This record gives sequence, C-alpha cells and structure tokens, in this order.
Amino acid sequence: MDLLFAIVRRMRPFVRLLLSLLVTFLGLLAITFFIGRVIPVDPVLAVVGERAPPEVYEATRKAMGLDKPLIVQFGIYIWQVMHGDLGMSLLTSRPVLEDIRRVVPATFELATVATIIGVLIGVPSGVMAAVHAGRWPDHLVRIIGLIGYSVPVFWLGLMGLLLFYGKLGWVGGPGRLDIFYEGMVPQVTGMILIDSLIAGDMSIFRNAVSHIILPSLMLGYYSLAYISRMTRSFMLEQLGQEYITTARVKGMSEARVIWVHALGNVMVPLITVIALSYASLLEGSVLTETVFAWPGLGFYITTALVSADMSAVLGGTIVVGMVFVGLNLFSDFLYRIVDPRAR
Amino acid sequence: MSEKHAISPPPDAPSGAGGLRAWLESETPASAFQAKCVQMWLAWLKFSANPLAVIGLLIIVALVLVALFAPLLMTHDPLAQSLADRLLPPGEKGHLLGTDGLGRDIWSRIVAGSRITLYIVALVTITAPLFGLLVGTVAGYFGGWTDTILMRFTDIILAFPKLILALAFVAALGPGIGNAILAIAITSWPPYARIARAETLTIRKSDFIFASRLQGASSARIVAFHVMPLCMSSLIVRVTLDMAGIILTAAGLGFLGLGAQPPMPEWGAMISEGRKFLLDQWWVATMPGLAIFIVSLGFNLLGDGLRDALDPRSGQS
Repeated sequence: MDLLFAIVRRMRPFVRLLLSLLVTFLGLLAITFFIGRVIPVDPVLAVVGERAPPEVYEATRKAMGLDKPLIVQFGIYIWQVMHGDLGMSLLTSRPVLEDIRRVVPATFELATVATIIGVLIGVPSGVMAAVHAGRWPDHLVRIIGLIGYSVPVFWLGLMGLLLFYGKLGWVGGPGRLDIFYEGMVPQVTGMILIDSLIAGDMSIFRNAVSHIILPSLMLGYYSLAYISRMTRSFMLEQLGQEYITTARVKGMSEARVIWVHALGNVMVPLITVIALSYASLLEGSVLTETVFAWPGLGFYITTALVSADMSAVLGGTIVVGMVFVGLNLFSDFLYRIVDPRAR
Repeated sequence: MSEKHAISPPPDAPSGAGGLRAWLESETPASAFQAKCVQMWLAWLKFSANPLAVIGLLIIVALVLVALFAPLLMTHDPLAQSLADRLLPPGEKGHLLGTDGLGRDIWSRIVAGSRITLYIVALVTITAPLFGLLVGTVAGYFGGWTDTILMRFTDIILAFPKLILALAFVAALGPGIGNAILAIAITSWPPYARIARAETLTIRKSDFIFASRLQGASSARIVAFHVMPLCMSSLIVRVTLDMAGIILTAAGLGFLGLGAQPPMPEWGAMISEGRKFLLDQWWVATMPGLAIFIVSLGFNLLGDGLRDALDPRSGQS
C-alpha cells in the first residue's frame, strides 16, 4: 500500500503535466477554430465565392458542417485534427498535413544549424563576458546582443544576401540548392545536408552548405544574442560562489575553474535556454525563410497567407504551436532530469 | 516634521545648488508630492548616468520630433510618383536617400513613415497593457476559479509563438494596418497580465486594501483605484522593453504584405518593395531597414536604462 502511494506521489507531477498539456492543446485548437470559423464574416463565401447560386451555397454550408451549433462544430474540428485531418490546401489541392510533412525537414534543418551556430558562438562569448564583466569583452557581447534584438531579421537577411551573395559571391543565393542540383539527391530524411552525405555526393553537399550558411547565420544571430546574455548571467552567479574560490585556492588552473567547474554547473539552466531559443527560431524562420525562399514551414505559411489559403495557414499554426508547447515542456522535463534539486 | 526643515537645504549641499535641487534631494520630504518628486529625481539621476540609456532617449525624442514636424522635414511628397526619376541613387537630383521603384523620394517616405510607426506603437502600448492589467488584477484580486480560468487563458495565448498567431489573425481579419495593430495587441497582452497578477498577489492582503474594504469600497473600486495604480511602474518598464519587439513585429507584418497597404510609407512594406531591386539598387531596401533598426535600438536602450533605474532588483547589471 505504501509503495502504491509512493508511486502515485511520484506520478503526480507527470499527471499534472499531461493534464496541463491537454488543456493547452485544447486551447490552441480553440483559438485556431475561432480564427478559422468565427472571425471571417462568412466562411462559406470564402469558399464558394460571392456569385454562387443559393443551392450551391446551402450545400457547401451543410458540407462544412456550418448548420450545426458552434460547440458541435468545435467537437468535429477537434476530432478531425486528432485524426490528422487539417483540411485541404486551396493552393496545392493536397491535404495540409501532407504538405506540412513535406516542408518541415527544411525548417528543421535550418533551425538546427542556426541553433548549433548560436550555441557554439553564444556560450563561449557569454562565458567571456561574465569572466571579464564590466570590461571590453562584456561590452562587446552586450552590444552584439543589443543589435541582435533591434535589427529586423528579414532586413538583416536581405543585407546579408546583398553583401555576401550579390557583392562578394561567397555564398549561394536563395533556395536550398542551385537549380542545377535541384532534385538530384534522393530523399531520405528530407534534409539535404544529410541526404547528400548519405548519397555520398560531395558537390551537392558543398552546394547545400553554401546555401544554408547565410540564412542559418542570420537566424542563429538572434539565438546567439539570447544565449550569450543568459550564459553571462548564469556564469556571473556561479563565479561568485564559494566553491569557485575553493577551486582557485587549491591551485586549479583558471581555465579549468571557468570551463569545467563553473560552466558545468551552468549547463543545466542553459539547456532550458537553448530549447527555448530553438522554439523561438521556429518563429524567426517565418521571416527568414520568406527572404531566402527557403521551402520550409514558415515559407509555406506565408505563401498560403498571400493566397488566402486559410486551412494551410491554420494547419501550419497548429503544428508550430504544438511544437512550441512541446519544446517548452521538453526543456522543463530535461531540467527536472538533469538537476536533482528541481525534482 | 516641519515644512521649514524640509525645504532648507541639507548642510552638505554644494553651494551652487539652488533651492529646487535641495528640495528634490531632501531626505525628509514634507508632502507625498515632494516624496514622489524626490523618487523620480533619483531615478533620473541614475538613468542619466547611463550613457547608452541617454542615447536611447535621444533617439526616441528625435523620432517623436521627426513625426511631429514631418511636413517640414519632407523634401518631396512621399506619395508623388515620378517614373522619370525612378531608382535614383542617394544624393542625386536633390533626393537625399534616393528614390524607389516608382520614383518616390525615400527620405520623405521614411519621415512620413515615422508617424505610422509611432501610431502603431502608441495604439498597441495603450491597448495591450490595459487589457493585461485588467485581466491580471482581476485574476489576482479575486483568486479561485476566476484566477484559474483567466490565467489558463493567458497561458494558452502565451503558448503560441507571437508572430505566427498574429499572422493567423491578420489572415482571418484581412490585411491592413488596423488589423495588424489589433493582431499585435491580441498577441502581446499575456505577459502584462502575468506581471499585473504577480503584483496584485503581493498587495491584495495589505492593510490599506482591508481598510478601504471596511470603508465600504466595492471590489471594482478597489481594483481600479488601489490595485491597478500600484502595478503601473513595473508594467511601464516592461512596455518600454517590448516596444522594440512591437516595431519589429509590425515591420514584419508590413514586409509580408499584411500590415500597412501600399502606397502607405510603412517601413516594413518599403523594404518589401525594395526587395525587387536589392542587388542593383541597394538603397531602396536598405534605408527603411536602417530606420527600423535605429528606432528599435533606441527603444531597447531606453527600456534597459529605465529598468535599471526603476527596478532595484536588476540594478547591478
């Protein structure tokens, strides 16, 4: 009996987590339902057009389930979404879910490379800023961060294209590959960097790298600003602790004190920050992908927006929202696992 | 504490300091008004000692001045097209920053656009924090189910990435500057509700709240006149910090063609128009982007400075 109680007590946080997840997902769906069915003056007109005869209008209204009470419509909507039915895209006349599945790897590839850049540059620069707090490395990192928070990401992308593609010719232009290479690599994961390596085609790989480097740098800049700022404040907190003094008194090298002892203790909160910045990259990717014609989820959503393809827009919104919530939760979960104090 | 004592300058005051300064630095203020002035003066001293914050303030003051005197600063009609003068580089034929694809003067369009930017920022920063304040104080003051439902709702909106939600709203409402502002406001109130709720929780059990309730004040009165004013200062700091984000979101919506519609000289939309000429006529897209960058940098610097000056918790950074 005691054991049972112990298990129940252990499980309680997870049950609560699941419940809150459920409520959040329902809320997400309620919002997309509201946006798709309630805000438009007449969703039927949006489909059949203004000149449709009354019979067509009525039939469509019935077919869309709009003659039923709103709450029933919402129930049907949840049922459909849970079964992976996000509706048909007007633009591609394919199921939205299928479209999204096709474009997601590109976004995933871009956001991952961007996050790697953000971590590789952001963490060391945050550490340096904390170690030299109040001196020039600190100010430099702060200014870089301020610029990252202030610059419109789409404009930065355009400026990058202008300089590195237009003037210097160092990188590939918009898109994931030169047109010449398009469709030459067999799809396995949908991520060209990996697919080209699997196929063993180094020229395609190099071309893909030259195309991804600029958008991922631009996207990574934002996460760099965030990660370095957070690393700095975590490190400052650790460097003031007594165990650091102890390690120094013991004669440990300064590099070891900073990079092993202090940074090791910063890793836990840092994981949360990195997961959060990854989630925010999904958002940043909407504008970056538009600028670089990168055929990912963000580009899909904005293209659908321009042609008023609501089910594609809302399908994309649901997917991004769920990934966002999932990543937030995942970072929370990681935190609990890695840091025993948080249990 | 006598009036005379408060007004006489402290013994160690510099000899050049006038009566006003002494009055502002008094350690024994005689009235609530003076205490408030002293507090603001000290915050200002702290703020003005931070050069970056002062730069930020100057940028914003400049923005407001440019918007106020826009008709005087514009060298051309921002909407007047002249196909003969299209895509002129900066400085040519009296066009300070060149002309765009329709021969419109970019400098004049940027100056005119400052009004649109301020208009967007002003509307969002009036509506979203007020709504958040209302939700947060009501949730915090009443607690229980009211709190659970309101905060759940807040968290759900917060769970969405802001830009994506704003995009979906504008897609449903139809593009336009009014709908863009509405969408930004709808997606940006939740953090304010969170802050207001946290503040309310710390003051709702205070003696002065009980006192006014004993005097027969209604809950609505207590929330509106006693709780809300106390949440204001932390909200103001947060709003200033968010203004840059609002500008960037609005510009992003404009860039995607969902915000201000042509021919309105909105900066984001101008970048989008300049995109076509990016590689050959770089200035068309570059100039409005610089304007967005400088203004949002100004708001960020100002917000950081205000936070350091007003919020004692983060004073050391």
